[in-house]
Amino acid sequence: MLEKHAKLMQFFSSTEEIVGRKKLQKMIYILKKCEIPFEEKYQFHFYGPYSEELTLRVEEMCNLGFINETREEKKNYYQYRYQLTESGREFLKHYEMNLPPLTRHIEEMNGRSSRFLELVSTMLFFEDLPKEEISEKVFTVKSAQNYTDKDIEDGWKFIESLRSIH
Amino acid sequence: MAYRDEKLSEEKVFKDPVHRYVHVRDRVIWDLIGTAEFQRLRRIKQLGTSYLTFHGAEHSRFNHSLGVYEIVRRIIENFQDRPHWNAEERLLSLCAALLHDLGHGPFSHSFEKVFKLDHEDFTQAILLGDTEVNRILNRVEKGFPKKVADVINKTYENKLVVSVISSQIDADRMDYLQRDAYFTGVSYGHFDMERILRVMRPMEDQVVVKESGMHAVEDYIMSRYQMYWQVYFHPVTRSAEVILTKILHRAKELYEEGYTFKLDPVHFMSFFRGQPTLKEYLALDEAVVLYYFQTWMEEDDGVLSDLCQRFVNRRLFKYIEFNPNAQMNEWMELYKLFTKAGLNPDYYLVVDSSSDLPYDFYRPGEEGERLPIHLLQPNGELKELSRLSDIVESISGKKRTDHKLYIPLDLLEDMSNRSKTKKRIMEILFG
Repeated sequence: MLEKHAKLMQFFSSTEEIVGRKKLQKMIYILKKCEIPFEEKYQFHFYGPYSEELTLRVEEMCNLGFINETREEKKNYYQYRYQLTESGREFLKHYEMNLPPLTRHIEEMNGRSSRFLELVSTMLFFEDLPKEEISEKVFTVKSAQNYTDKDIEDGWKFIESLRSIH
Repeated sequence: MAYRDEKLSEEKVFKDPVHRYVHVRDRVIWDLIGTAEFQRLRRIKQLGTSYLTFHGAEHSRFNHSLGVYEIVRRIIENFQDRPHWNAEERLLSLCAALLHDLGHGPFSHSFEKVFKLDHEDFTQAILLGDTEVNRILNRVEKGFPKKVADVINKTYENKLVVSVISSQIDADRMDYLQRDAYFTGVSYGHFDMERILRVMRPMEDQVVVKESGMHAVEDYIMSRYQMYWQVYFHPVTRSAEVILTKILHRAKELYEEGYTFKLDPVHFMSFFRGQPTLKEYLALDEAVVLYYFQTWMEEDDGVLSDLCQRFVNRRLFKYIEFNPNAQMNEWMELYKLFTKAGLNPDYYLVVDSSSDLPYDFYRPGEEGERLPIHLLQPNGELKELSRLSDIVESISGKKRTDHKLYIPLDLLEDMSNRSKTKKRIMEILFG
């Protein structure tokens, strides 16, 4: 029961908090692409890979009291913070998760902007294309973000470093 | 004349209960409708197992695909000569609208879950592979199949085109809400689409709606909200979906254990092995699946035959509301008791969550999370819908999740065996 939720709770248990839904979306996608077996289905959207399943599952965990969501008013939008609750920690004790430790991955990603994670997740979305085509595709579908060659280069280094974490 | 510009000598029309008529004038569209891959959609129901709850819900993905095409055709008519709209994208948009669901399989959702497939991958494979559809698209222009695939995959460079077919207020949703309402017979799900189409405006990278059309959009959001709870999340449909999923799991499990089926499930073999080819995927439609369910009713495996009889004869699992947080201990006890009562809990004790279903609500979300519906104000500024609409704001923050526990009540009530254990189960479930 709720095994997919439990995997996500393990993710939240590996960090103090996650700030921003966009960041959360991209982090889970990037982890999936690093062979961490999250099961949420992603599609490409306006801002890169996005999972409606993840949105719903997080909402369910909030409603069940496993995750605490705080909404903060920004100038033209809201921002959300997520933390695992004590109930969530208790629930998690019933599961034997086979996920590898996620702390270092999360620390690395938490230290980056959501704009950068949008770039990295978009590059990973097109990962099956030849490398030069990936850059071209990113510049085309993300023209509004004005990413540079340097950003893409940083993106590849970042992906490599994440994938080398054991 | 180039194939892409060819028109039929006379317009063809499909009579349609939702849009009255679906108009086809382009030769390419007419040819695509005639392909084997598109005709196959007649044999895939739009609402999967909902027909077991709403007996009218027998409509197919063929109906819906034509409907989406028709809405996009009307949107483009309205966009002609407006800024930001490129008339060169017309045929591409129409083809993408028509073909957007091409890769759906039988009872898509359960199939995808059990066999770890993605219908979107098959849509891409049909568009780009050795198919009748691909040959027609290739005649339009070299690289045209890829363009259509990119629009459907939402990775096409012109995001306005993507947004017409797939966004928070798109042709796909506008068709299925009205069509599903019509065929299920429910009274919600209707909204003033004509008005919305009149106030839609193309912008650089998205479709927006003039502020004056806000009330029509509110109506659309309310329809979406009500349809989700009343039709898509209907607990009886979810029961049928649970049983269907369990049938597929059981059949796969038996295959992996080397079980000998009375009738070789040839159509399922590649699915059990996890690698169906495009040809094998296309050969499996709902008629074939239901045929196997009929034959599996006679199987020696008790679980498979029981589940198939339940599905075919609509003897569904009953449900009770369930809170996985507050009732974790009860669930663990039930799991043990079901085993003791001879009911395999992996098949007969099922928690189903709203996130198991493939439908979404409108959420304004966070900046950069997902593109919301934008209203175009008279001064040219864009504002997110819920910032201007009290109605949308009020339903945006509501609790929209639930969990249900599905059980075979008839087997639990049968006290001819293991009655003590069953009584204890009933006490836990019903007090």
